[in-house]
Amino acid sequence: MTTQDASERGERIAREPLQLVGSKPGFFGGTFSSLSEIWGRRELLGLLTRRELTARYKDSSLGIAWSLFRPLAQLLVYYFAIGVVLGAARTVPDFAIFVFVGLTTWSLFSEIINSTTSSIVDNAGIVRKIQLPREVFPLSSVGSALFSFTVQLSILIVATVVFGVPPITPALALAPLAFVLIVVFATAVGLLLAALNVYYRDIKHIVEVLLILLFWGSPIVYSFTYVHDQIGGTWIESLYLANPITIAVLGMQKALWISGSTATGDLEQYFPENLIALLLIAIAASLVLLWLSQRIFSRLQRNFAQEL
Amino acid sequence: MTPSPVIAEINNVSKRFVIRHDRSLKERLVNRRGSKKHKQDFWALRDVSTTLELGTSLGLVGHNGSGKSTLLKIIGGILQPSGGEVLRRGRLAALLELGAGFHPDLSGRDNVYLNASILGLSRKETDRYFDEIVAFSGIEEFIDTQVKFYSSGMYVRLAFSVAVHVDPDLLLVDEVLAVGDEPFQRKCLEKIADFQKEGRSIVLVSHSAAQVQSLCNRVIVLDHGSLLHDGDTVEGLAVLRAGFEASRQAGAGTSRREQSLESAVSILGVKTTLESENFETGIPDLTIELEVQVNDPKSRWGAGFTLISSGGLTVYEFNTFGMAITMPRTAGTHVVTAVIPGLNLGEGTYSVDVGLGLVDGSPIAAGRDTSSFAVGRDNHGAGVVRFQPRVTARSAER
Repeated sequence: MTTQDASERGERIAREPLQLVGSKPGFFGGTFSSLSEIWGRRELLGLLTRRELTARYKDSSLGIAWSLFRPLAQLLVYYFAIGVVLGAARTVPDFAIFVFVGLTTWSLFSEIINSTTSSIVDNAGIVRKIQLPREVFPLSSVGSALFSFTVQLSILIVATVVFGVPPITPALALAPLAFVLIVVFATAVGLLLAALNVYYRDIKHIVEVLLILLFWGSPIVYSFTYVHDQIGGTWIESLYLANPITIAVLGMQKALWISGSTATGDLEQYFPENLIALLLIAIAASLVLLWLSQRIFSRLQRNFAQEL
Repeated sequence: MTPSPVIAEINNVSKRFVIRHDRSLKERLVNRRGSKKHKQDFWALRDVSTTLELGTSLGLVGHNGSGKSTLLKIIGGILQPSGGEVLRRGRLAALLELGAGFHPDLSGRDNVYLNASILGLSRKETDRYFDEIVAFSGIEEFIDTQVKFYSSGMYVRLAFSVAVHVDPDLLLVDEVLAVGDEPFQRKCLEKIADFQKEGRSIVLVSHSAAQVQSLCNRVIVLDHGSLLHDGDTVEGLAVLRAGFEASRQAGAGTSRREQSLESAVSILGVKTTLESENFETGIPDLTIELEVQVNDPKSRWGAGFTLISSGGLTVYEFNTFGMAITMPRTAGTHVVTAVIPGLNLGEGTYSVDVGLGLVDGSPIAAGRDTSSFAVGRDNHGAGVVRFQPRVTARSAER
């Protein structure tokens, strides 16, 4: 019986070709093998994402509900501080919805960046001991960020219905584009940062600071109309609009914040006219960036085990 | 039977580690110019080549820092070699650390699925093996408890149990077998023996020579990253043992010379000889010759002999006090000869530790030395001891 097993095994092994371990594909050639390797471990990806989510809220009695409270608290703070106290709500229609759309989009981006950056270092135990396509760790962080986003988005939709401004217009088609843009762009940057963070642990802290700056660099708590009024038509505006996060936030606002497009008079809001084109270009650029950063990641990941 | 196919091929593998003394970004930016000073090269492996056939159980042995674990990690694809290449086929499982990837907040059940997936098992396969995994670990009652509440033994048992059910063609094991209580350890070793019967390959890193000897049919001895020996287990362990001794003596040599004059009695040398090298037909006699210098004629000294197997087990010990033999007390050099007739020990390397002591039981510092010898293979049997069995057969019919 056992000898039977053994010889069967021998035959099976003899048929398999010998493969180079930790293959060293060229900078361009390895894309496909990397992709198929990650695809082969998609089940693990799902499990890791679930692990991250269950572990985060395990033993807390409110569990998943906590993922709602942080954005709601943020919303309250910005609504009162900027909307009511500083008076932004007087020139921006449905200020609460406006802020929440921006915050939801932003938190998807910042959560992906934050969690992917530390993902490899956090999983050092596995990276050092088991051979895996290491992309699964940043990608599972993206997965858990997507979950939080879904929760926030559903609240947002409910809120728009409650406020009587459900986003059922042709502009809604911009939402998936903006979503794809944020995910692709953030994943590209996150992959790169995850790999660099292994070598330079300062990256994590630099990222925290940069995220604060970037938050104010996009029209999240102030409307784009202000920006346009101040620097409209100058090269600074073009630069401002070259930021993929800004493009995605504007796309989301156009799609989900109906009053922004319908308001007139003092409340009239300005959006860049070629928003769809901007979104598509940014997505294309982000895809190239994603490919590049995956290639750099696969270069850098060779020495992960010894650097951790 | 056809010759076993090659499962892994290691060609001129080298591994260099660069030890950096500046870790943070600031330090690296500041020291970018003169970064030579802050780097140090360390060759963990140099030009190691070998091939591994399916069904081989290979033991990797060597001193601490000889590159065993590095080689294992390179075979496993966790580290990238600096030079050379590794070719491999079939399914691989690496038991480098038990429970790598266990999450303390998840239940045992969730962790089994997660860990199995990390090791490359699909969900369907895990479903199929799940009951078997839990039964093997023996912690059925606690499978839905969070892992952080497990005792360390339970933790390790569950992890091992997952790892051995992955159905690998090549299993890499790094000193993780010494886990759990004794029955579980036996179970692990049985499982490994099953693995061997099923024709899988095992690469085992171990410091326990006894374990290597009982599990492996081939041994690679590494010394400072280069291959010292590749082949027979017993010979390999003898090489390893000789290496240990050389480094021990290099460390102890000079200081002992100086002491030898001050000390009351000191050892000048120990020599062991096995008479009758023909292990097939006879059982040899062991002679231990000990050269001693007596400086202080008043001391009532004696010698103790300890026979130790390569696995560290004390096979036998005896001393001259217990045998009521008086040692010469006149100043000068003397030779003490101890003979063990009929040394019926099994194949392996052994060492003889000799120590001098006074009658009140206090040891003499300068009076320690070791010598080693190897016992060869006998063709009719194997084991810890050696017998000369007589087997007869006759017809049972009248």
